[in-house]
Amino acid sequence: MSKKVVIPIGPQHPALKEPASFDVTLKGERVADILVKVGYNHRGIEKACEERTFLQSVYLVERVCGICSHSHSTCFIQAIEELANLKIPPRAAYIRSLIGELERIHSHLLWLGVAAHEIGFDTLLMYSWRDREIVMDLLALLTGNRVNYAVNVIGGVRKDVSEEEKDQILKAVDILEERTKYYVQVATEEVTLIERLSKVGYISHEDALKYGAVGPTGRASGIKRDIRKDDPYAAYGEVDFEVITDDHCDVYGRAVVRVKELMQSYSIIRQLLKKLPQGPLSVVAPRLIPAGEAVSRYEAPRGEDIHFVKSNGTDKPERVKLRAPTLANVQSVAKMLEDGYLADVPIVIAAIDPCFSCTDRMIVAVNNVSTAKEDRMDWKTLREFSIDWYKKNRGVDFTKLKKLDK
Amino acid sequence: MKTANEIAQKLKETYSSYILDISAQRERRVWVEVDPKYFRESFESFVLKEGFSILSTISGLDLKDKFQVIYHMSSEDGVVLSIKVNAERENPSVPTITDLFPAAELSERELEDLLGINVTGLIQGRRYPLPDNWPKGQYPLRKDWNISMLDKKTEKETDGGKNE
Repeated sequence: MSKKVVIPIGPQHPALKEPASFDVTLKGERVADILVKVGYNHRGIEKACEERTFLQSVYLVERVCGICSHSHSTCFIQAIEELANLKIPPRAAYIRSLIGELERIHSHLLWLGVAAHEIGFDTLLMYSWRDREIVMDLLALLTGNRVNYAVNVIGGVRKDVSEEEKDQILKAVDILEERTKYYVQVATEEVTLIERLSKVGYISHEDALKYGAVGPTGRASGIKRDIRKDDPYAAYGEVDFEVITDDHCDVYGRAVVRVKELMQSYSIIRQLLKKLPQGPLSVVAPRLIPAGEAVSRYEAPRGEDIHFVKSNGTDKPERVKLRAPTLANVQSVAKMLEDGYLADVPIVIAAIDPCFSCTDRMIVAVNNVSTAKEDRMDWKTLREFSIDWYKKNRGVDFTKLKKLDK
Repeated sequence: MKTANEIAQKLKETYSSYILDISAQRERRVWVEVDPKYFRESFESFVLKEGFSILSTISGLDLKDKFQVIYHMSSEDGVVLSIKVNAERENPSVPTITDLFPAAELSERELEDLLGINVTGLIQGRRYPLPDNWPKGQYPLRKDWNISMLDKKTEKETDGGKNE
């Protein structure tokens, strides 16, 4: 019998992109048990929202995540609009969906690169991230920002899509579609990729249901759920698309689902632009939001995002609760890793497309608030502090850098 | 697909002894408040018999004179049923639902960590989401909590590695 060994992966680990801790108990090469700990990115956003006005909270919530920022802001704003009984103009709904799909494209391409990198297929990483630039540029063109687009305002959107921009979107979508066809081909025909990902991180349909897997992770185990279809919001009720599922139940299935979802997103974007109704972009929103409670759901690139907002009739929310898709998928990961190889741990974790910033929300430097003044350092002091710190604690001498600075 | 009104009506008739209040807010949104005494019975009925078998999340609220826990459940056809149950101010507690939904574990730990609502029957495990050295008895989502109440002593012991 082989000896059991516990290997801590995280909270800070080269294989993880964000802090999370996985204590892996190994029996030989295989994972016997796994203990997951998240929460390192908890930043107290929910509490912070209670101290800010609804409008300020919108900007805060948008910053829950850098990748799916539009998902969180739309989800949150939908809840506010329900409370205030605002009906947004159709054109605004279409633009929200449009940005939402562009965000999904950039997120899925990002994932494809990360996943390819985790299995040592760096050519695919370079390809997909190069193509991702196309959609990032589009988002910058449409909203002025590559991330945190801030296109939503309470009651609609803040920016229109002009005819020229429409043409540019369509041209870019054509290029992206051509590229994605190649990725579909890679995912379905490239033997190395199929062999590497098949039967890795397996979670059966029943287990995926039991552990509440959402989004592409759930859909790759045959769970046909998509908020865009089940609980339509923005303009999704008016476009035609297919909910992609797969029955491989492994990392390979998750890759196939995401790549095929890209193709659906292109089709959705074309339909949205074709039908884009004329009219105003927003309605006037009241400063005080009537008392009440609302639940809003949104299909983020990683799965169901749900926000609960309670208002007490003032301009500040009484309670804001956010549940990002990764929180729903974290428990499935433990199941997926069971009995797998240690070497597969990074790709299995990456396969749910984890976003721990979303999961944990935020704490606004709680530890430092009481002594905020003395803790604030200017650039020069900070550099001197770090040079001294490294000299004292790590024995590395950066004094030369100090001189260069002057 | 049944409308929210039809669902609310049906639940009201079938489970009148469990339900304190029920309303259909709009299409696909139903809110129900259940009697804490019959929480498990009503919860199980809604999940197993009425088809609200997807747990989206659990929200905990501080209502000043009491606490409230809301279980946001959904059905396959996209209807969200939010089940509210109250817990008293002193020693608030709710039973765990991890036997039905293992995925509820993190949400229930959040209730314990952020609001200090005791979840009975929840297995021992690592806390979430606060740090392991967070002072005892400090529940940041309670309305009477603010940053100045953070225990200074504990804070000093864990000042982010400044005095390393």
